[in-house]
Amino acid sequence: MATDTKVKIALVGKPNSGKSSLFNQLTGLNQKIGNFPGVTVDKRTGSCQLGEGIAAEIIDLPGTYSLYPRTLDEKVVAEIFADDRGRHYPEKIVLVADATNLKNCLLLLTQLVDLGLPTILALNMVDLAAKSGQSIDIKNLEKQLDLPVVMINARKGMGIDRLRSLLSAPLSPSSKLVYHPEPEIKPLIEEIKNRFHLHSDYRAYQFLQQPDNLTFLPVADRNYIRDLAKKNNFFAHKYQGAETVKRYGFIQDLLNKVIIRTPNEGWKKVSYRIDKVLTHKIGGYVIFFAVLFLIFQSIFAWAQIPMDFIDRSFAQLSSKLDAIFPSGPFFELISHGIVPGIGGIVIFIPQIAILFAFISVFEETGYMSRVVFLMDKIMRKFGLSGKSVVPLMSGWACAIPAIMATRTIENWKDRLITIFVTPFMSCSARLPVFTILVALIIPDTKIWGFFNYQGLVLMGLYLLGFLAAILSALVMKMIIKARERSYLIMEMPTYKMPKWSNVGFQIIEKTKAFVFEAGKIILAISIILYVLSSYGPPQVMNAANETVRKETASQQLTEAQIQDRIASYKLENSYAGRLGKTLEPLIRPLGYDWKIGIALVTSFAAREVFVGTIATIYSIGSTDDQATIKERLRSEINPDTGKPRYTLAVGLSLLVFYTFAMQCMSTLAVVKRETKSWHWPLIQLVYMSALAYFSALVVYQFLK
Amino acid sequence: MAPGETAVISGFTDELISVKLLEMGFLPGTAVRFNFKAPLGDPICVSVSGYDLSLRLEEASTISIVN
Repeated sequence: MATDTKVKIALVGKPNSGKSSLFNQLTGLNQKIGNFPGVTVDKRTGSCQLGEGIAAEIIDLPGTYSLYPRTLDEKVVAEIFADDRGRHYPEKIVLVADATNLKNCLLLLTQLVDLGLPTILALNMVDLAAKSGQSIDIKNLEKQLDLPVVMINARKGMGIDRLRSLLSAPLSPSSKLVYHPEPEIKPLIEEIKNRFHLHSDYRAYQFLQQPDNLTFLPVADRNYIRDLAKKNNFFAHKYQGAETVKRYGFIQDLLNKVIIRTPNEGWKKVSYRIDKVLTHKIGGYVIFFAVLFLIFQSIFAWAQIPMDFIDRSFAQLSSKLDAIFPSGPFFELISHGIVPGIGGIVIFIPQIAILFAFISVFEETGYMSRVVFLMDKIMRKFGLSGKSVVPLMSGWACAIPAIMATRTIENWKDRLITIFVTPFMSCSARLPVFTILVALIIPDTKIWGFFNYQGLVLMGLYLLGFLAAILSALVMKMIIKARERSYLIMEMPTYKMPKWSNVGFQIIEKTKAFVFEAGKIILAISIILYVLSSYGPPQVMNAANETVRKETASQQLTEAQIQDRIASYKLENSYAGRLGKTLEPLIRPLGYDWKIGIALVTSFAAREVFVGTIATIYSIGSTDDQATIKERLRSEINPDTGKPRYTLAVGLSLLVFYTFAMQCMSTLAVVKRETKSWHWPLIQLVYMSALAYFSALVVYQFLK
Repeated sequence: MAPGETAVISGFTDELISVKLLEMGFLPGTAVRFNFKAPLGDPICVSVSGYDLSLRLEEASTISIVN
């Protein structure tokens, strides 16, 4: 069936009302994650069979308290409801409300009713509400609101069938409008209604309130509304406040009528007791850092096992393809460009999946809002917000999902600073570079028989990245002017056990987003790099075979060794190699030669490419064995000094360089998308590169 | 106010933030309870309209209470 014949149903409600659980219940595995057009907010859609031959498309809209948005996510909801002729405008709505806390769930409901949207009210968490002793007169609630009400338990799947049958029947909008715009602005409402052919007063009122959300209208029309508001001294905030008070007045009257027995708050006692521990002066931070340590440990120790497996599998696939394919540039591009490129994306899946498993469990249980609560004051000192903690933590796995996670930060300045400094958090792509260099220059001995020197240096590098992040944030805090006030009015949900299927869905969703969003860019870059590093001026490249054989004729090398030398010679003379040589004067003060220069060039787009390039350039051939690479690097001689090339000074200089440098094209692309201009990613690139260069310079000059 | 105390909201001193506070259920005439502070004293956790919220001191100070 074509999608346009399906009934479009939107799920709306405030955050933590159980919308996602209901969405998962209704759609199961038939989910698609995409973006809303023009913005990067995740759009979750899924198909659902409502009954005989009736299919529906379910859209899970971002959680919001009202039609007046505070975050980018919420803005999407307001924009969708503003355009009643738009592609995403739903035909039916399910408003998911938390039955334990009806009052502020109903605010949005009354707004939707006034817009004339056919709505069903789904009371979720009825089990908890019953436990608290609350009892609601559903029949009366239906009558008062003039819309169907259904009791559900989205976590356990109760009431879903009844919701399905209600959705398959025709649904008309409620006749009980709640809010009527103030009489003094009636002429303005009429004018907008006539001009835009609107039927509903409240829709016209929304036009007047939020012309910025009317992205579907031409700019001239939006300016017309702005001028109209200005001419008539329409103060949006004043009316918003009055509207909210009136709506709550209605809701309070309604609840007085329908709530037969009011709840006691006894069931929250457990939650308060947990809060006493988790937000304790000392205990709260001890627990938070223990949790951080656990995440760290799992990303770096446990994820290694599947990552090694993926690494090996792709290397094997590459060499198998080599054996099967006839030779030729096209097949080589597949086996040496595209396959390792895809491998380079897939290898990060274990870390990203583990990280999002943790984050999703924290969100499900309610711990996340406590982390924000604990960290807000500290983070604010550095120009960040408590909500920056999650993106920064995610940055240890990969900056791309981390930067996407900043969308929940309401304040533009806080969000921008978080985006700007997140790439300093040492992501998993830096790890292979760190591992090999640390192993090369730091002795594998223990201090006090317990701490491993190499481990300590590695931890130090992570700390260095973190320090760079918060200190840069501090600098930016002073430079950037705030556009709006920062605030932290955030719900603290009661603690709950996580629903594991929701965690599973979340992991799949985030991993998919990473593979497809970042994957495209990484793949494209690895193809370009492959071409740059395997092609050079034709006459030199064509003669490579002969030249190397002539040079090595007296050295009695095996055929494999000669092949390695040829590969190395080709790389040296390729376009990428030439670039490396051009760079040499620039990087000599850092202690690097042109070979490292090539690695810097190839890893410019993605830092993990460093290891592969080093492997090729020191003619280790196709072996990805780290021990071999290490041996080769160790025996590399600096012709100027006659001593090993990779001294402590060079090694540390490289480590510092890689800690600070913005060598990730995908991150730049994501920053561009999230800040909607090239302005910020370019500043970020220049700033991070300069910091990397000068820090590496200082380290080398001091230690050499 | 000290942790554990309850008071009744009388109004707001900041119009811009008041819109958001109103939406979250801080209505003039309703009771608000100061539950506890974050370890560093800011933000704080309050109960209003039947649920718990975190507020920064700066935001909390824009809420006037009935004496």
